[in-house]
Amino acid sequence: MTDIASGRQGHRVVAVALGILGWTAKFVAVVLVIATMSFLLVRAAPGDPAQVMAGQTGAADEKMLAQIREEYGLNRPFIVQLATHLKRVVTLDLGQSYRQRQPVTTLIGERLPATLILTGTAFLLALASGILLGTLAALRAGRWSDTLLTVVSLILYAMPVFWLGLMMVLVFSVQLGWVPAFGYQTIGVEMGPLGRALDIGHHLILPAISLAAVYLAIYTRLMRSSVMEVAQQDYIKTARAKGLAQGRIIARHILRNAILPVVTVAGMQAGALVGGAVVVETVFAWPGLGRLTYEAVLQRDYPVLLGLFLVMSVIVILFNLATDVLYRFIDPRVTTQAQG
Amino acid sequence: MNRREFAKLLSAAGVAGATDIAWGVTRAVGQTRGGTLNTIIQPEPPMLVTAINQQQPTLTIGGKIYESLLRYGIDLKPMPGLAQSWTISPDGKVYTFKLFPNIIFHDGKPCTAEDVIFSCTKVLTETHARARGTFLRIEKAEAPDPLTVVFTLKEPFAPFINSFDCTTAPILPKHVYENTDFRQNPANAQAIGTGPFKLKEWVRGSHIHLVRHEGYYRQGEPHLDEIFYRVIPDAASRSVALEKGTVQLTQWTDVEFFDVPRLAKLPNLEMTTKGYEFFAPHLWIDMNNRVAPMNDKRFRQAVAHALDKKAIKDRIYFGLGKEATGPVSSKTRFYEKDVKTYDYSLDKARKLLDDMGLKAGAGGKRATITFLVPPYGESWQRLGEFVRQALGRIGIEVVLQGGDIAGWGQKVSNWEYEMTANLLYQFGDPALGVTRSYATSNIRKGVLFTNMCGYSNPAVDKLFDEAAVATTDAKRQELYSQAQKILCEDVPVAWILEQDFPNFYDKKLKNVITTGIGVHETFGTVSFG
Repeated sequence: MTDIASGRQGHRVVAVALGILGWTAKFVAVVLVIATMSFLLVRAAPGDPAQVMAGQTGAADEKMLAQIREEYGLNRPFIVQLATHLKRVVTLDLGQSYRQRQPVTTLIGERLPATLILTGTAFLLALASGILLGTLAALRAGRWSDTLLTVVSLILYAMPVFWLGLMMVLVFSVQLGWVPAFGYQTIGVEMGPLGRALDIGHHLILPAISLAAVYLAIYTRLMRSSVMEVAQQDYIKTARAKGLAQGRIIARHILRNAILPVVTVAGMQAGALVGGAVVVETVFAWPGLGRLTYEAVLQRDYPVLLGLFLVMSVIVILFNLATDVLYRFIDPRVTTQAQG
Repeated sequence: MNRREFAKLLSAAGVAGATDIAWGVTRAVGQTRGGTLNTIIQPEPPMLVTAINQQQPTLTIGGKIYESLLRYGIDLKPMPGLAQSWTISPDGKVYTFKLFPNIIFHDGKPCTAEDVIFSCTKVLTETHARARGTFLRIEKAEAPDPLTVVFTLKEPFAPFINSFDCTTAPILPKHVYENTDFRQNPANAQAIGTGPFKLKEWVRGSHIHLVRHEGYYRQGEPHLDEIFYRVIPDAASRSVALEKGTVQLTQWTDVEFFDVPRLAKLPNLEMTTKGYEFFAPHLWIDMNNRVAPMNDKRFRQAVAHALDKKAIKDRIYFGLGKEATGPVSSKTRFYEKDVKTYDYSLDKARKLLDDMGLKAGAGGKRATITFLVPPYGESWQRLGEFVRQALGRIGIEVVLQGGDIAGWGQKVSNWEYEMTANLLYQFGDPALGVTRSYATSNIRKGVLFTNMCGYSNPAVDKLFDEAAVATTDAKRQELYSQAQKILCEDVPVAWILEQDFPNFYDKKLKNVITTGIGVHETFGTVSFG
């Protein structure tokens, strides 16, 4: 009996190990496909990094162009360049920026914290208030407060994010002087860790709200319709008939089911948040990855661009995984084959 | 992002007239030493070593870190830099410079004639495309003593004495760079020069922090303790920073042209367009001379007549500039004003087109031309739209094409364009900044800022060649005047404006613009109060 039990145990361990292995293999394959595709896409755009760099100096000659092409291997055959790139991806060496002459990993590493702080805050802010407001709106469906929430979220959704950001700067920074207009931290002032954190938090307010606004609207709308739909279900009526308290019905029966579509959408958007903050980062001079990406595109700084694509795609994959796990946690009926 | 809309909103919101904006900087009155200057750097430079990278932002900050033998006044006359005096032999071939004593680099080592020779003959000829053309003319470079540099040229080259500003000939430490790969030297991250300021910290995407170089050889300089260059990518945010006093100085295109009239009215700010004389940016409509109908000079003359330069200046650049009359900027040396000019006249333009047989077809259309809009910001887009409207009136349909910087550079340098616009610097001497756009020898496919329009005229080539090696200014003036007259007849490109850029600065800030390179200068004497 113990043998059978340990055999089952062993079988289970093997299954989990296989599952992890399978997932890892898929992960690597997806990353390599992305690396190849992004390489091809980046090179498909017209423009030559050597010329961009030479052009910005206002004077150039053949020698300079040749030097730049030689230095970065741009004169080698296309296929060799692709092979070099894939080899780098496998060995996690992302190469060196053409323009800044720094390792790509350093450049991305320097910017990653700022981006994660901004997008993470915006994401949580949007998700939390979206779920809350959406639920409120659904529970008050048809009343004036529901209408108000609907209208506000529609306006937020339709509003260009840069415009919202600039308007908030005008009101809260220029006129009222409550929050800094731009920047990541106060420059030129020595501060302790706590002071620094508070300072960054102060600078974070406007950009995070700007970035959260659009997503907030989406989550609110989604949550509202989802809650309304779930509230119509028979098991809710049953719960009511059982005489359960309204609060318990909402928390245990309605929200748990209604939140699933929101989690799905949020999981998809979480990945996009990393790369999608270009506008907000520009308006608020926030030193994040969005701006790095934008500049790298303009400069045709291939290594930086490819490194960013890679990091972003890995983050998207990880967010997808996290969503899967979260999904199962919220709704245990959801399973995958790996566990079967 | 639409900055124009934001500007309108700013005005609508009453910010335009706001006078009592909180002034965030406190400082003692009458104090010349100490203080922190906050300013803007945009875009963020890739590095600060001006010998290796010559992009605009690199030069702006690098000018505080790296110095050269000379400086040049607003009139572009040489002044002492690292060299306290200099002589030129009568045959125009031997240049002798005497350095100031006690010059030290940021790492504490002395700067001597050896460093100057090493920088000019070894580093710059390798890494600096613009300096290469000048310093390859050196036959022999000697240091008879540590404070004397003697350059002997292969043949006279008059602009040689104009080539020692800090953007053309920055002096690097030989002991750091000798026998290394200059571009990959780890010291590039530190940027070791002799200037009054040295690099303290660079937080990428955020700011660059310069602090006082204590061992600076000029007594009492620098006056400021530190300078922060803040990276602010959005133009509206830059204007807000200036208005709020977060920054006390802006330069080049930090402030969009449409914001200039509004900011110029603020009581706490001073505005000047001085300090760009060395660069003397010249704006023109570039016509590919290889392509019909632009291969006919009558067509190019017609274009020159059809474009209302004053309107372009006033409407697009808000008055910042001066109407250009020819290839040489009136701000630089050897400008000739007695040339054929092109007044705004649609009738003259139409007549020229009629003469060349370019008759109006159905709907009054004579020809269709594509205009590649330079992707450097909104004013270029508006310039393109202006050209389309203006040429439309004489029956030339202009189709605007967009793109990004890399795409524009590739198309223009490979001559795959019909019409575009360009802004080129003159670098203090026609031999350095003007010849390159019209000389046959500089028609080089794939290289930006060469003779891209493909103009070729042996008479002009000969005049440019002779003027470069002539040793007296009178002779050079005569040759350049002749060249300008021919060029103005041929109009290889339609010169539009001598472009001005605004420098805004806090009224308490003194000595900001003192030389022909303006904000690129060392800032050793800049002070508050």
